[in-house]
Amino acid sequence: MQFLDFEKPIEELYAQINKLKDMSAKNQQVDVSGSIRELEEAIEKTRTTIYSNLTPWQRVQLSRHPERPYTLYYIEKIFSGFTELYGDRQVKDDKAMVGGMAKLGDMPVMVIGQQKGINTKMRQMRNFGMANPEGYRKALRLMKLAEKFNHPIVTLIDTPGAYPGLEAEERGQGEAIARNLFEMVNLKVPVICIIIGEGASGGALGIGIGDKVVMLENTWYTVISPESCSSILWRSWNYKEQAAEQLKLTSEDMKGFGLVDDVLPEPVGGAHANPEQMAETIKKYLLDTLPVLEKKGAEKRIEERIEKFSGMGFYDEV
Amino acid sequence: MSTWFRRVRKNILTSTQEKKEAPDGIWHKCPECKTTHTKKELEDHFYVCPKCNYHNRINSAEYFDIIFDEGAYEVHFENIVPKDKLGFVDMKPYDKRLVEAQASTGLKDAMTVGVGKVNGQGLVIACMNFNFIGGSMGSVVGEKIARGIDYAIQHKLPFMIISKSGGARMMESAFSLMQMAKTSAKLTQLAKAGLPYISFMTDPTTGGVTASYAMLGDINIAEPKALIGFAGPRVIKETIKKDLPAGFQRSEFLLDHGFLDFIVERQNLKQKLSGVISWFMNNPVQEPVSAAAE
Repeated sequence: MQFLDFEKPIEELYAQINKLKDMSAKNQQVDVSGSIRELEEAIEKTRTTIYSNLTPWQRVQLSRHPERPYTLYYIEKIFSGFTELYGDRQVKDDKAMVGGMAKLGDMPVMVIGQQKGINTKMRQMRNFGMANPEGYRKALRLMKLAEKFNHPIVTLIDTPGAYPGLEAEERGQGEAIARNLFEMVNLKVPVICIIIGEGASGGALGIGIGDKVVMLENTWYTVISPESCSSILWRSWNYKEQAAEQLKLTSEDMKGFGLVDDVLPEPVGGAHANPEQMAETIKKYLLDTLPVLEKKGAEKRIEERIEKFSGMGFYDEV
Repeated sequence: MSTWFRRVRKNILTSTQEKKEAPDGIWHKCPECKTTHTKKELEDHFYVCPKCNYHNRINSAEYFDIIFDEGAYEVHFENIVPKDKLGFVDMKPYDKRLVEAQASTGLKDAMTVGVGKVNGQGLVIACMNFNFIGGSMGSVVGEKIARGIDYAIQHKLPFMIISKSGGARMMESAFSLMQMAKTSAKLTQLAKAGLPYISFMTDPTTGGVTASYAMLGDINIAEPKALIGFAGPRVIKETIKKDLPAGFQRSEFLLDHGFLDFIVERQNLKQKLSGVISWFMNNPVQEPVSAAAE
């Protein structure tokens, strides 16, 4: 189990439990079950307290927790018969963006999302979930495929940003994301976008135009990472906590602004504390929401999508 | 010995009283070739260095003067002004930044919408002002684009955006990000109305602007040597830990890689635009009309 800095009290309680267990293993006569039960209760209490008072920066940390479930985990848990489809048909296959055919119950859907690696080697292969233009173009190809066969689209967003590399620029990172925004606005099929981890800027938005845009409770979604924001606006890397506060990047803030449609609650301790429960919550949301969207019809969905995004912004009229 | 090189009269001959005042700012030194020209010379030459063709950064007022017939145009939607809904504070509060930028530029925000004629053909231009917080894209920029598009649709006019921006305005957080979605959504409406969208990229066009409306033109065109990219050069350099090749992310680089339709020098901008508009709108051949007001 890996603990974040603010989870220190929980970590200490676990350490005590382990000590007791060691002790009883060495000396069978000592009954430690009572103490262990007490400690476990203390853990639950501490966890609840900590998790009901998370700061924005702590949520950012949670969204990046190394044990947090990633896209392919959710695909496996929520859908059945996943057939991954590769390649943008132009340059290559981007391993930071995955997608394919799947079924939600008996409903065929296209699932697409950024994928982070689960260990050092995989992280490298997945480029830390930072897609190149090929990734966005693959995503669009799959979306168009879904549209052709009239199947809904689900995107799972988890990225620290679109990859800022030399080849990415050569092959038009900006154009690739822009094209996705333009095309997703008018997709004739229902689109649900779920931020399951990090929702960093254009890299997230590039697969983030939907009839419903949803955030898991402990995720963040905004225009820049708190670290980069700190380095640009404070000219130092040391203001990430303040930047996280100022950016108002939490699911609660985003829902309050009307920039996302729904927030899905996470298990206490975060999605990684009970991944199966998290997957179940997402599945239920999809099963409840997709039929409602289906019923609306393409024209109405597109109209509402344009209206929703066109209405975003704040200004005065004088 | 001939006397043609001999100094006949000594010393400076202009008396102190006759000396002309040279106020500050009458001269302009080219940042590229370091040649000095008068501001008037530069202005008459579209703010392009007459010697090395360096395109100095200019803002909406200058672009409108260059493009619209006889320098005549209407500015629209100036009633839309920014506000600090989030109460964003970094080293300076955002509302203070806004007030300062407004005072120093005389502008309300980083976008100005002008409607006028190009050789007699109507055109709506949404032009970014780099001097207003780095031309950053916030809610007002997005809303003015949206209204400009509505106006173009209503009056069946072609639409153009002149981009000049460091990207999204961080102080508006996710709202600035969503301007990418908003403007893209609005551009689909323009496309459905069958009206052309000309995206003109100038130095610099980066970040969220590149990843939305700047790259979505029916034609994407740019000024010479403009920096155009998604990630900034510094970030890329830090990421790949290598020096970037010469000319990387400049207009010519983008043209080579297939992301621009053409590059146009500012001196030729108006005529080129006129031709493009007449092709899109199937207008008869246009007689040139002088740009600047006499």
